[in-house]
Amino acid sequence: MPWDRNQMAARAAEELEDGMYVNLGIGIPTLVANYVGDKDITLQSENGMLGMGPFPFEGDEDPDLINAGKQTITELSRTSYFDSATSFGMIRGGKIAAAILGAMEVAENGDLANWMIPGKLVKGMGGAMDLVAGVGRVIVVMDHTNKHGDSKVLKECTLPLTGRGVVDRIITNLGVLDVVDGGLKIVELADGVTEDEMRASTAGTIVD
Amino acid sequence: MNKIYGSAKEALDGLLHDDMFIAAGGFGLCGIPELLIDAIVESGVKDITVASNNCGVDGFGLGKLLDTKQIKKMMSSYVGENAEFMRQYLSGELELEFNPQGTLAERMRAGGHGIPGFYTKTGVGTVIADGKESKMFNGEEYILEEGIFADISIVKAWKADDTGNAIFRKTARNFNPPAAMCGKVCIMEVEEIVPRGSLDPDHIHLPGIYVHRLIQGDHEKRIEQRTVRKREEA
Repeated sequence: MPWDRNQMAARAAEELEDGMYVNLGIGIPTLVANYVGDKDITLQSENGMLGMGPFPFEGDEDPDLINAGKQTITELSRTSYFDSATSFGMIRGGKIAAAILGAMEVAENGDLANWMIPGKLVKGMGGAMDLVAGVGRVIVVMDHTNKHGDSKVLKECTLPLTGRGVVDRIITNLGVLDVVDGGLKIVELADGVTEDEMRASTAGTIVD
Repeated sequence: MNKIYGSAKEALDGLLHDDMFIAAGGFGLCGIPELLIDAIVESGVKDITVASNNCGVDGFGLGKLLDTKQIKKMMSSYVGENAEFMRQYLSGELELEFNPQGTLAERMRAGGHGIPGFYTKTGVGTVIADGKESKMFNGEEYILEEGIFADISIVKAWKADDTGNAIFRKTARNFNPPAAMCGKVCIMEVEEIVPRGSLDPDHIHLPGIYVHRLIQGDHEKRIEQRTVRKREEA
């Protein structure tokens, strides 16, 4: 059985090490926070916060305390606040160890597309371009194929890029791939997924 | 030196004109200068260029200035919360310059610090790099981004003393300090003006030198995405 959303998030959480400062994107990456266990991880919210806590209890919502998805959240004993220039200074400056992000397409050379589809409504890149250009390690978590069954792991991206050669590791419902010289290397297969299935669902070059 | 004005309208007196450039603080609807936006709507000034991370929502925040068609151009990183924005943009009534969020913040900070341009890796190899000078540093490519120098800054803080020394609250700080720095004149609205000496000088987030005009007022502080957990889950 391929991994479901929660299993993908749990696998992504294994990438995180004690003491890391991490930025989680919207969607499946948000679920990663549920699986960090006892590891001492500090979550960054790029609108100006380190040490992001869970959603507030009903009645405790504070309009001055939101995450980058504009959702109400809470602070922790370790929390610090800062302005947007400082926030992206720590991102651009490589102080954030890792970003875990969703994607529309990833190419075998690490190109990432996750911000716009030409001809459709364009909402903007937000902080995604800054994150992928600046953080230590970019981990993509996404379904391996789109709803039509086409691979999202490609030789070249067809959509406008968020960053060029920025992705380090791809975690999908089928398993884990690393971006290496010459293409993609299979790191792990989801339980019950064969290497042949992984290869058949991957349009990008797989190297040994 | 008196920086305190009686209302947002008075604080903007003599500063507004058609075709002007405004830098605005706020992220989503968090920490936005609600009172100053309302006063700009009332003024009727038009063809404004606004540098702001977002453009409010339909009917609130900067979205009010869209409804009245006073904005000519937005410089933003994300505008997905606003149907009227999309309508005006797709019909060609509104210009839009997308900036990566950190690039926008740094462009404001740079402008306020007298830095006309800086190199960044953000956007290299993407449409954001189109037409921009690029340069190699230590074997890596960077693109040149320009500092923002606005006619006025409109920002919101939590408290300020009468000299403009300001503190912000939680994530409502966001773009407010960099936006405050990059305008020739900065107008700040706060929830409370307190006597000088009542804020700890070591805890000032934005020194009063950046703040030229100050008003106090009540804020709606609308929540965009109310997300909660049930108490039983605790």
